[in-house]
Amino acid sequence: MSPRNALRPDLEVIARNVAPGSRVLDVGCGDGELMAVLQGEKQVDARGMEIDPEAVERCVARGLSVIQGDADRDLADYPDHAFDYAILSQTLQTAARPDLMLDELLRIGRKAFVSFPNFAYWRMRFSLLLHGRMPVTRHLPVSWFETQNIHHVTVEDFLRLLADKGVTVEKCWFFTREHEIGGARANWRAEHAVFQLSR
Amino acid sequence: MATVLASTSSSLALAKPLKLDSGQALDRVTVAYETYGALNADKSNAILVHHALTGDQHVASPHPITGKPGWWNRMVGPGKPIDTGRFHVICANVIGSCMGSTGPASEAADGRPYGMRFPVITVRDMVRAQVALLDALGIARLHAVVGGSMGGMQALSFAANFPGRTARVLAIATSARHSAQNIAFHEVGRQAIMADPNWQGGGYYGTGKTPDKGLAVARMAAHITYLSEAGLTDKFGRRLQDRQARSFGFDADFQVESYLRHQGIAFTERFDANSYLYITRAMDYFDLAEEHGGRLVDAFARCTARFCLVSFDTDWLYPTAESRAVVHALNAVAAPVSFVELSAPYGHDSFLLDVPALDRVVKGFLE
Repeated sequence: MSPRNALRPDLEVIARNVAPGSRVLDVGCGDGELMAVLQGEKQVDARGMEIDPEAVERCVARGLSVIQGDADRDLADYPDHAFDYAILSQTLQTAARPDLMLDELLRIGRKAFVSFPNFAYWRMRFSLLLHGRMPVTRHLPVSWFETQNIHHVTVEDFLRLLADKGVTVEKCWFFTREHEIGGARANWRAEHAVFQLSR
Repeated sequence: MATVLASTSSSLALAKPLKLDSGQALDRVTVAYETYGALNADKSNAILVHHALTGDQHVASPHPITGKPGWWNRMVGPGKPIDTGRFHVICANVIGSCMGSTGPASEAADGRPYGMRFPVITVRDMVRAQVALLDALGIARLHAVVGGSMGGMQALSFAANFPGRTARVLAIATSARHSAQNIAFHEVGRQAIMADPNWQGGGYYGTGKTPDKGLAVARMAAHITYLSEAGLTDKFGRRLQDRQARSFGFDADFQVESYLRHQGIAFTERFDANSYLYITRAMDYFDLAEEHGGRLVDAFARCTARFCLVSFDTDWLYPTAESRAVVHALNAVAAPVSFVELSAPYGHDSFLLDVPALDRVVKGFLE
């Protein structure tokens, strides 16, 4: 195994928990970092979808199978349970309908990994409380009017949605400042969350 | 300085008659082809490049009539995206064409040119002839098949009909079937040729008269479909040709008219009108789903190759939706497929022109 650059913490935890040799669809795969690791280290059959043509081009140039597509629309093209895992990292909050996208993930994949920034992280809450303005932080650096994050979500909101849909949380992980923290009072303490889900 | 790439021109006489989709068999078939780069010992580094409607086997070597550089010179060569330093590149003239492979201008059994006695062929028939060539060359499995436009149709047809024989399929600016609009444009071209009195029912060979006017009009109409509206506007606008004012006549007042007329006339110097009829017909008949019981998914059911499809945002002849339909079908059979719509200003012809992103995709996919 050749040394590689560290993945983002949420991707690292996903990479650790994907079963070797499985079939994976990475929705919003970017430059294909996670796919490359899964393929190289776990013999995973990894496929990707990415909306940015230049990112797709870079993926294809590194030998990955990636389709340019809009996850809001093009996930419909995949048959049921075509993959062992569908992965949606840091993309849920950009979806036109996050609830419907979650349905699609669990239709296409037998399991899903979903990661997102937690809008109820205490620094966010204080920022909003003190300044009365939409927080602009290290991880959400773009102002409200131009952010792609059109559906800000909290850990608690996400858990409610899962409960409404009858989705099972198999595992979950929480991060603050790139470090994994325990699950206690996660909605308050966690900057990021990663969920492993099944139906 | 540009150097001429070492190539080998060859032709192969097929040992057996070629069975065609029409039910007929074509006897005494010759396949003319060019090769570039060395074939390795286990014959595993061959890439078959399929040419488009009016293309030929001279993918990266000068055209024997016009002397112009090969039609994909920018893509094929040492260190280029299809690297002849690593790969053995084969490009064969399609049957029905006029650059050395058997076509309507070839001699029939009676010693006279076929003319319209040549059987109607299909894209799959073209591919069958190329597979016969690979058989003769002893190449069991290709590293890749690659093609744009009609070349992409051949690549898809190759994948669907000979699924074990290539590891990769790269289909650019193409479609799994010819649309009504595609057929309509081709019909305009064919009618222009057949309306030319010099066509003589296709029997013009040896008469000293060839349907150049008709063929030129066909090319003019087709050429428009290869470009984008923005590209035409950019290149010509409403600028006048060598004059200060409109002539109030029917000379080529506008630059775009002059350009198209030139394209039409230049085309007649290198292409046979009957070949144009036959090859456009083959493209019109192309419907990969129909060949496989009406479901495109079934066409790819036995495929083991990796696929890459590329479309261009300004290509209205084979728009992105056509590539997406192929991707959709490949997804349904869980084939490993990549797809990207590249942004380029040149319309359908983008696959032949300077689009650096295409170079990167081609190079990366063939690794």
